[in-house]
Amino acid sequence: MVVVIALVVVVVGSILFHLLSPWWWTPIASNWGYIDATLVITFWITGFVFTAVILFMAYCVWRFRHEPGRVAAFEPENRRLEIWLTVVTGLGVAAMLAPGLVVWKQFVTVPDDATEVEVFAQQWSWSFRLPGEDGRLGTSDAALVGPDNPLGISPFDRFGQDDIIIESDDLYLPIGKPVKMVLRSVDVLHNFYVPEFRAKMDMVPGMVTYFWFTPTRIGEFEVLCAELCGVGHGHMRGFVQIQEETDYQAWLQEQRTFAELWEERRVRTASSDPEQ
Amino acid sequence: MANIPYRPDEQVPPAEVPDVHPPHPHTWIGRWVFSQDAKYIAIQYSATAIAIGLVALVLSWLVRLQLGFPDVFSFSAEAYYQFITMHGMIMVIYLLTAIFLGGFGNYLIPLMVGARDMVFPFVNMLSYWVYLLAVLVLVASFFVPGGPTGAGWTLYPPQAILSGTPGGQDAGIILMLLSLILFIIGFTMGGLNYVVTVLQARTRGMTLMRMPLTVWGIFTATVMALLAFPALFVACVMMLFDRLLGTSFFMPTLVEMGEQLSYGGGSPIVFQHLFWFFGHPEVYIVALPAFGIVSDLISVHARKNVFGYRMMVWAIVIIGALSFIVWAHHMYVSGMHPYFGFFFATTTLIIAVPTAIKVYNWLLTLWRGDIHLTLPMLFALSFVVTFVNGGLTGLFLGNVVVDVPLSDTMFVVAHFHMVMGVAPLMVIFGAIYHWHPLMTGRMLNEAMGQIHFWVTFIGTYAIFFPMHYVGLVGVPRRYPEIGDPAFITTPVDGLNAFISIAAFIVGAAQILFLFNIAWSARNGRDAGGNPWRAASLEWQTPQTPPRHGNWADDLPVVYRWAYDYSVPGAPEDFIAQDDPWVQQTAPT
Repeated sequence: MVVVIALVVVVVGSILFHLLSPWWWTPIASNWGYIDATLVITFWITGFVFTAVILFMAYCVWRFRHEPGRVAAFEPENRRLEIWLTVVTGLGVAAMLAPGLVVWKQFVTVPDDATEVEVFAQQWSWSFRLPGEDGRLGTSDAALVGPDNPLGISPFDRFGQDDIIIESDDLYLPIGKPVKMVLRSVDVLHNFYVPEFRAKMDMVPGMVTYFWFTPTRIGEFEVLCAELCGVGHGHMRGFVQIQEETDYQAWLQEQRTFAELWEERRVRTASSDPEQ
Repeated sequence: MANIPYRPDEQVPPAEVPDVHPPHPHTWIGRWVFSQDAKYIAIQYSATAIAIGLVALVLSWLVRLQLGFPDVFSFSAEAYYQFITMHGMIMVIYLLTAIFLGGFGNYLIPLMVGARDMVFPFVNMLSYWVYLLAVLVLVASFFVPGGPTGAGWTLYPPQAILSGTPGGQDAGIILMLLSLILFIIGFTMGGLNYVVTVLQARTRGMTLMRMPLTVWGIFTATVMALLAFPALFVACVMMLFDRLLGTSFFMPTLVEMGEQLSYGGGSPIVFQHLFWFFGHPEVYIVALPAFGIVSDLISVHARKNVFGYRMMVWAIVIIGALSFIVWAHHMYVSGMHPYFGFFFATTTLIIAVPTAIKVYNWLLTLWRGDIHLTLPMLFALSFVVTFVNGGLTGLFLGNVVVDVPLSDTMFVVAHFHMVMGVAPLMVIFGAIYHWHPLMTGRMLNEAMGQIHFWVTFIGTYAIFFPMHYVGLVGVPRRYPEIGDPAFITTPVDGLNAFISIAAFIVGAAQILFLFNIAWSARNGRDAGGNPWRAASLEWQTPQTPPRHGNWADDLPVVYRWAYDYSVPGAPEDFIAQDDPWVQQTAPT
């Protein structure tokens, strides 16, 4: 019975591949261990169902294969069995959905002490903005984007003056502090995705989106764009450096504010203008 | 219900409308080119769909060359994005939708419900020619300057119509949108036909609850498509306006490469809602006909009635209805309001229940059956494997928080290829092996069929099962080359090369299958009138293949459901639907 063997091999092979193959998710570096846990529960439930269904099918094919003299049973319906199966399926589905929704509630509830960090995407690079000493990001608008204001920050908003601008360079974040990643794009859809953080979210021009997480591991983590954004999509990468608080502060001191950059660029523009 | 005694006055109502004979062609062109016979239109639809499907097959090879061997075959990013976009669009719309509804729908609906033809034969013919035009416009986009669009099959604005995307500022995207608009117009003409034929042209005795599940699947899918495609239609028209007339339906204030564009005020998310309001039902527009057909294949080849027929019908209808309120599970990380996630995760997982019931009932149809391992049965079994596998990974992606790490990775690609690529294709293959004898009067070659089956079944599983793990590692989709980032602790290069090699072999087996169809149409073994000893009406025609008008002078009269197999006391192990046989000793 080649078919029966093939079905069993498919099941056993899938389980062995899952357990023995070296390909698994990258070690986590954020607080979203709950997401991994829900994923593991889902693997167990679905793996059990897959095994049971396919092995049962293999058994049927073997047990009821055509032989001379075999006559199929005539059984149009079996109400009790159908209701029983429906209830069990419903319970299995609920067992996956319930923890999923609980974790989703956490995922969408940003803690009050989270620091805002803005991610700014354009084809095909990442820039970042930190709120500065006042703890608030200044207003911004895609219509303000220009050579002397690459992130389109309002020059008339006092909250924006001390914002720290990191143009096409690495973002540093302190370990153990929750951050709300505020996501902004000025051209097409992008998606801020760091595999180790587990979280991701699209960046939509005309909108501000967000997600939050707490970094839990020191190191350098690669940012990938996960929403098709044109021919440079595969090369739209960046880095997030998770550091101890002291190292983070040292890095922060070297960064420049919007007011400084704005002044410098205006001077440069003015001096290069022959009319002046 | 199953073994209803023959009471002429009750079970077979009198004919309400006179028998209408379809228009009879007088010219060669009228018979073979501009045919109004649904059977011929079905073959035209299928042949066109398979022809354009071959283009998609070649494109998938090119994609796998890039992914499997990026150092050897390095295509430009432009070309790669054009390959994946056109591959996806062709497979979903121009192959799967067209072949299930335009192909099997046209061939089987009139025969299975006992009609002479579709109710509007001229509109039916027009449907095919508009579909062909849509395919030609699609093909034309390969030959315009800039090439076809490379926006991904989802065509998300703003990038779809901007210069950073292949075809965005050239003709590629315009032809794509025009082709989709034409396809929807053509489909609507066909779809209205299928629905009205099922509702109005069933023969005497063919009650709705006696219809084969194939008809139920195609009928429900068609109703859904008639409701879902308009959303895509308006989205295409609006994007065309944004691109050509400078409107801003989907375009907010944009800065492209430092340049301020003249758009403002629109929302890219609106397009995603419109697209997926079509796009999710689309999954079931492909899946429901497959569900119906596979139920019939399992029943016929296991010589046993479909288990829980009424439950199966209601499951089809409930899945069809629910599929209209789950669309935003494609948008969990799109930036829509995060609280939508609670609603859409719940509806999405609820839809798993009627779907699981269908799987149980297929298994319980096999249980205590008399299983003939014919080619259609083999493909039906492989459908169950791939569909269960792909359906279960859907529970990962539907459960909103589990979707967050997996969305936009290769896990998603593996999931939807398994569940709506491979699984429906298995049914299409099984259906062709099953109904080819009806269409041509000849059996397909068994040896070639066995090779085709084994290579396709094992091969597709070898392609798409490991691909889930590439996504689990974290590799995003739509990357021509992932390189060597630090998050990949075990390189996936070897796995990618393995998947590519499997894909080339599986593709080659499809060429053998097409050769088999062509070869067997002339040289196949004579099938006789009803080679599978099936009970449903399409096998009871006076001639095989059925002639113009399908039936002899009188339409058949239906006395029973389509699943009277192995009925105790019956002279044979099946009773045709138009057989007035009655159990002599009435059961108490």
